Amino acid sequence: MDMHATKKKLGIKEKYAHMTRGLDWETSYQPMEKVFPQATFEGIKIHDWDKWEDPFRLTMDSYWKYQAEKERKLYAVLDAFAQNNGHLGLTDARYLNAIKLFLTGISPLEYVAHRGFAAAGRNFPGVGPRVACLMQSVDEMRHAQTQIHALSNYNKHYDGFHDFKHMLERVWYLSVPKSFFDDAFSAGPFEWMIAIGFSFEYVLTNLLFVPFMSGAAYNGDMATVTFGFSAQSDEARHMTLGLECIKFMLEQDPDNLPIVQKWIDKWAWRGVRVLTLVAMMMDYMLPKRVMSWKEAWEIYFEQNGGALFADLARYGITMPECLKQCSIDKEHIGHQAWATFYQYGGAAAFHTWMPSDDEMDWLSSKYPNTFDKYYRARFTHWRNEAEKGNRFYTNTLPMLCQVCQIPMLFTEPDDPTTICYRESEYDGEKYHTCSDGCKHIFDDEPQKYIQAWLPVHQIYQGNCFPEGTDPTVEGFDPLAKVLEYYHFDMGNDNLDFEGSRDQANFAAWRGMATKNT
Amino acid sequence: MSKVFIAFQCNEDTRPIVEAVLADNPHAEAIESPAMVKIDAEGSLVIKRESIEELIGRTFDLQELQMSLITLSGHLDEDDDQFKLSWLN
Amino acid sequence: MAVQALKDYDFPPADSQDKFHGGQLLYVGWDDHLMFCAPFAYCLPPGTLFSDVCERILPNSFAYHPDWAKVDFKTATWLKSGKPWRPEMNKTLAEQGLRHKDVLRLKTPGLMGIAGSGS
Repeated sequence: MDMHATKKKLGIKEKYAHMTRGLDWETSYQPMEKVFPQATFEGIKIHDWDKWEDPFRLTMDSYWKYQAEKERKLYAVLDAFAQNNGHLGLTDARYLNAIKLFLTGISPLEYVAHRGFAAAGRNFPGVGPRVACLMQSVDEMRHAQTQIHALSNYNKHYDGFHDFKHMLERVWYLSVPKSFFDDAFSAGPFEWMIAIGFSFEYVLTNLLFVPFMSGAAYNGDMATVTFGFSAQSDEARHMTLGLECIKFMLEQDPDNLPIVQKWIDKWAWRGVRVLTLVAMMMDYMLPKRVMSWKEAWEIYFEQNGGALFADLARYGITMPECLKQCSIDKEHIGHQAWATFYQYGGAAAFHTWMPSDDEMDWLSSKYPNTFDKYYRARFTHWRNEAEKGNRFYTNTLPMLCQVCQIPMLFTEPDDPTTICYRESEYDGEKYHTCSDGCKHIFDDEPQKYIQAWLPVHQIYQGNCFPEGTDPTVEGFDPLAKVLEYYHFDMGNDNLDFEGSRDQANFAAWRGMATKNT
Repeated sequence: MSKVFIAFQCNEDTRPIVEAVLADNPHAEAIESPAMVKIDAEGSLVIKRESIEELIGRTFDLQELQMSLITLSGHLDEDDDQFKLSWLN
Repeated sequence: MAVQALKDYDFPPADSQDKFHGGQLLYVGWDDHLMFCAPFAYCLPPGTLFSDVCERILPNSFAYHPDWAKVDFKTATWLKSGKPWRPEMNKTLAEQGLRHKDVLRLKTPGLMGIAGSGS
């Protein structure tokens, strides 16, 4: 067959330049500095916005064409999944607890990312990042909506999916991802770009998305797989935006280097702390596991991140110091986090459980240096106690880190039997952090973190009860009232998977699907 | 040398893309997992429009990769004829 | 190091003692017993006797552990902010200088958790 490529009048680079550059103007009624009031206060110096290079040159017509096609494919699959009771193809209903964590802890962040990129785009005087931020803002809104659509199907059948917006602003463990984004959103546009565009969307994104989406693929969750793939190519564009952003800032002025380095150090650490939830998900919550957190860290950070920082070294950027301890932490945090949610399982809007013997053997093989030595004994003890009807539920609130807001469950890098305690004083008050990384962040901007809405402290201040609650009545049960404030369906959203409504329903429905009943 | 990588969904659209990439980049290696194929390569990787067109028998716009791309690593340079990933260090 | 901001950035702390309805925050962790994933946070009246902490409050939190029955407060040692500290059982928190958001670590030599794993 005779095949010829049509000769285009304009190449992709030229077409994109004509469609995006030179369409704006210098303001004349008000000075540019007033129209762009956030452009310089962070200390970042930009001399020539035209030096911004867009890696993916999508004009609006291409953007809508591809996004529309992705949407058509996605919603066709979501419909088919729902119509055919696709949820019965899951390996096991335990899997859904990972997805409850996703809906409550990640999906709302997509929405605030949409707002943050809209704000950043509004505030940059340069057209290159403005266009890129605009598209990312629309993408993030799309992600929020497609996730809500995809996961709404599970809300028809399973517990814990019913009130994610309400829970995000209140539930103790959800303050971890929420405060991460609050911190970024309340920073200036340049810090936002390094925090989210670069550190989250480039350095760490593969450690969030690939585990969840692969976990979905391995466990029969076609809805989440399909959403994930539909979003992933948007994510690839976001990655390139993040990388371009940092290159651009570093090439514009050498004075930007220490500011950018400081932000990379801070946000890589804050991101790693949020990813603790993913570590636990990969190691404990997937009936069919993809790989261990340790393996994921090695592939997606040690190798890939290594390549990235080797590349950025030519600007004088160094790998954040605090990340070096992650090669030790990678063997511990999944176990430590799951142990935490297990014991606080009365106050989590998803089920928890102890691993089976097979699962413990998998953990031993994936964590030869740590699982048997530090964690197997306690998990075996808990399982034995649960079998006797004495399942462990902690009854006292935990101490939280002032910065990452995670309970102080992390151990000293050189001693995994000792909790890592760090302390700072500011203006006559004490503040506690979980690590050198978080302490450093606190000490650098204490005025910001002293304002943190820490769930445990808020509970003790009496701010986490439903309106009209009287704490002085006879037999007052503060925990029950907090869970009511959280909108938990008591006994159904929380507690052990064993004996849960999810477990019973899944077994019954799958039974019906395979028999003539 | 640092590795670049690109990962695609496993579907009928990406089969010829993966085939073209492996043919044009002898140093590249494909790793398959459920629903995803990841291609690693030392230093750099190039995806050529013409190579894909040879395999699929129709014109191909490289931007169609948007439909199946999962993630990538390295600096990206895109034009009408090729899509290149590389680390400069 | 000051926060870079467009205007004066000066806000009150969210957790000053006056917000706790007469209580003060005290954190207590039990070394080598990581079965309790993190130190516990308590909100207690400053007039709480330390003996009450040891006899009523801490057991409520820690008694699930098989080692707790063997804890002897006469031989246990304590750290406050990481430095050796000796409690006076008959004094209140306030009387012995325990301030809002102080952190204590209980050390019980010889008790090394489940199967000696530090759990």
